[in-house]
Order: sequence, then C-alpha cells, then structure tokens
Amino acid sequence: MDQKLEYLLRQGDNALILSQQLSKLCGKGPALEEDMALTNVALDLLGQTRMWYAYAAELEGKDRSEDDLAFLRDAQQMRCCLLVEQPNGNYADTMVRQFLFDTWHYFYMQAQLNSSDARIVEIAAKSIKEVTYHLRRSGDLIVRLGDGMAESHAKTQAAVNNLWPYWGEMFKYDAVDEAMAAAGVAPDAAALRAEFIEHVGEIFAEATLTMPALDAWMHSGGKKGVHSEHLGYILAEMQFLQRAYPGAQW
Amino acid sequence: MSVMNTQQADTAQVWDWLEQVPDPEIPVISVVDLGIVRGVQWIDDECVVTITPTYSGCPAMQVIAETVEQALHEHGIEKVRLVNQLSPAWTTDWMSEAGRAKLKGYGIAPPAQQVIDISGLKGGIKRSAGPALTVACPNCGSSHTQLTSQFGSTPCKALYKCLDCLEPFDYFKCH
Repeated sequence: MDQKLEYLLRQGDNALILSQQLSKLCGKGPALEEDMALTNVALDLLGQTRMWYAYAAELEGKDRSEDDLAFLRDAQQMRCCLLVEQPNGNYADTMVRQFLFDTWHYFYMQAQLNSSDARIVEIAAKSIKEVTYHLRRSGDLIVRLGDGMAESHAKTQAAVNNLWPYWGEMFKYDAVDEAMAAAGVAPDAAALRAEFIEHVGEIFAEATLTMPALDAWMHSGGKKGVHSEHLGYILAEMQFLQRAYPGAQW
Repeated sequence: MSVMNTQQADTAQVWDWLEQVPDPEIPVISVVDLGIVRGVQWIDDECVVTITPTYSGCPAMQVIAETVEQALHEHGIEKVRLVNQLSPAWTTDWMSEAGRAKLKGYGIAPPAQQVIDISGLKGGIKRSAGPALTVACPNCGSSHTQLTSQFGSTPCKALYKCLDCLEPFDYFKCH
C-alpha cells in the first residue's frame, strides 16, 4: 500500500475510533456539562476523521468514499493506535486516555503545521484549534481528579498505571512513519516525545499523580493492524448497519 | 450555442442575498455575518460560492450549503456551485460587527476579539480557563462572570454564568 495513504489512514482511524468511543457516553456523562463536552469532542474528532479520509480516498483514487473507509474495513485493516481502543471504563479511565491522546494530538498537530504536504497543513490548521480546547479540558480534569478526593485520586492513579503502556506506540516509528518523516510530511519523533513527556509530567505533578517509568515496556501493533480484542467489539457495533444491510443509505 | 435567459446578478447583489441566509443554529445571524462565506464569483454562467466550515465536525454545514443553494435558486440563479474551502481556517475574527451585535441581542455573548491562542501551553493550557478572558453577560452587561464549561450546546459555544444577575448564558468562543 502507498505509504502516504497508510499514513493518512492512521491519522483518520485514531480520530474515528476515539470519536466512536466517546459517542458511546452520550447521555451517560457523569454531569450534564461533561456529557456535552464528551459529545462535542467526539464531534470534532469525527469532523477531523472526514478530512483525513477525504484526502486518503482522493489519494487512493479507487472511488472509495469516507463511509467506505469507516464502515467497510475490518480490524486488521484499521490503523489506529492501541490507546484509543481501550475501554471507556470509569471516568478516570476515560479522561486519562483522553489526556494522553490529546497531549500527543496537540503536539502532533502543531508539528503538522510545518508538514511538507500542503493538504496536511490545512487539516492541521483546522484541527489544532479544536485540539487546543480538548487538551485544556482534559488537562484540567486530570488535575481535578488527581488532586481531588482520596477515591478520585486512587482511581486516576490506577487509570494512569493501566494506560501507561499504551502511549509509547505513538512515538515508535516504523518504516511508514520514517519514510514520511524523511519526506518532511511527518514530524520528528524524538522532539515530539520530549514535548509529550514534559507536558504530561507537569500536569501529573499538579495533579499529585505519580508518573510511571518512562522506560516501561510499551504495547504496539495498532499501526500495523494488530489490535487488542476491544477493537473488534467497537467495530461490530459501529459497522453493524453496513454489515447487516450492505449498501444501505440514509 | 445556447443563450442564457437570466441576467447575471453582480457579485455584490449575490452577497446581499447571502446576507439574508440565516445560520441554522443561530438564526439571528446570517452566514455572511458568521464569516462562513469566503467568496462569490461567476465562472461562465455558474455562480461559485466558497464556504468554509466553522468547526470541522459542524453538523450545520450540510444544511448551510443546501440553504445557500436554495436561496440563490430562488433569486433566479440557475447554476450554483458550492466550494468547501479548508484553508485559511475559519476564525471568529471574521465575524462582522453587525453579527456580534445581533448575537448579543439574542442572548449569546459574542467572541472576545481574538483567535484562540494555540501556542499557549505554558501556564495557559494547564488549567481549563486558558488565557483570562473577560466575557460580559449579554443579559445585564456585568463582566463579573464565570466559566461553567468550555463546551456548550454546540461546538462553537461555551457555557458561562453571570455572578451578578445569576443568569447562565452561552458564549460564542474564540476560534
């Protein structure tokens, strides 16, 4: 598969799967304001998915639509990182997952503003404004939960410990990422990782959370289509209609 | 060669017509007030209107595109083409003064006149409020207000409350 196409699908799939995960919480948020925030973030991510897929579909030139890319690919063909497919769990789980993703997303989109690919610069310029709001919110909530009550602190620390092995993959470049970085399309991984660690460290310190070891063992595989069991369930729900009624349209 | 039977309205006239097309979510302001319409031009007998999305996932964009097309058809323009433009990305700085005044009259605090600071990680981004903004209450005018949530009833709004008249209100956030 074309490397740039693969690269674009990774971006789109991250946004799509996290959007789907957050959408499941619609009407179930712990407070009305949180419910609205979750669905707003889900909507932003869905919009960003469409920008990536539209570009990917054009590049591929095989007449696949954005919908085809979202609904007609099975787990092995999805390129999202493992972090976004982790379960919603309790609210600390949801928000730690979000905070780790948002921090990566923020620095990644900042860097993408300097991509050698003009279309990616456009997508990043549109996305970064939204992502900035996302990161402000998730960082704030991590501090509130971590530096809140004993129970919220314990749950948030547990969520951090459980989700910690899932962020390394985002900075672990494979041949596709390396080729894109060499072409100036993707940002440099090492610089990005340093920014990520610094921000996460600052927020965790303010939240009185203990940051697990930076050299901890990390899961990987999502970028290549080797996913955790969770993705299958997510797709089974998200793609149900197209699987039950192929070609169905609104 | 076919002869056109409708006279081409000049682009200023088309802009005037678009000023009458309401935003579907906030019908007191027009799509022009909101800064969504980025250009109007004629290419042969086709009227090309360039629009840009507010937020990338804004569900109103489809409706806006259809409403614009329909409005121009009603004014006698046969061929209308909508072009969706991503760049430069929409900003609340493009909102007209008239639009800001209308928002306020409708009970939504207009955006403080600055785009969101995307570089503000140090200090600003740590806690939710970001750079300190003074948002005046659209009901009583007091600037003694407080952020309830950065995310409101639509992607473009935040929730505030007035600490003087105690009314909750929507704030059209900077973007």
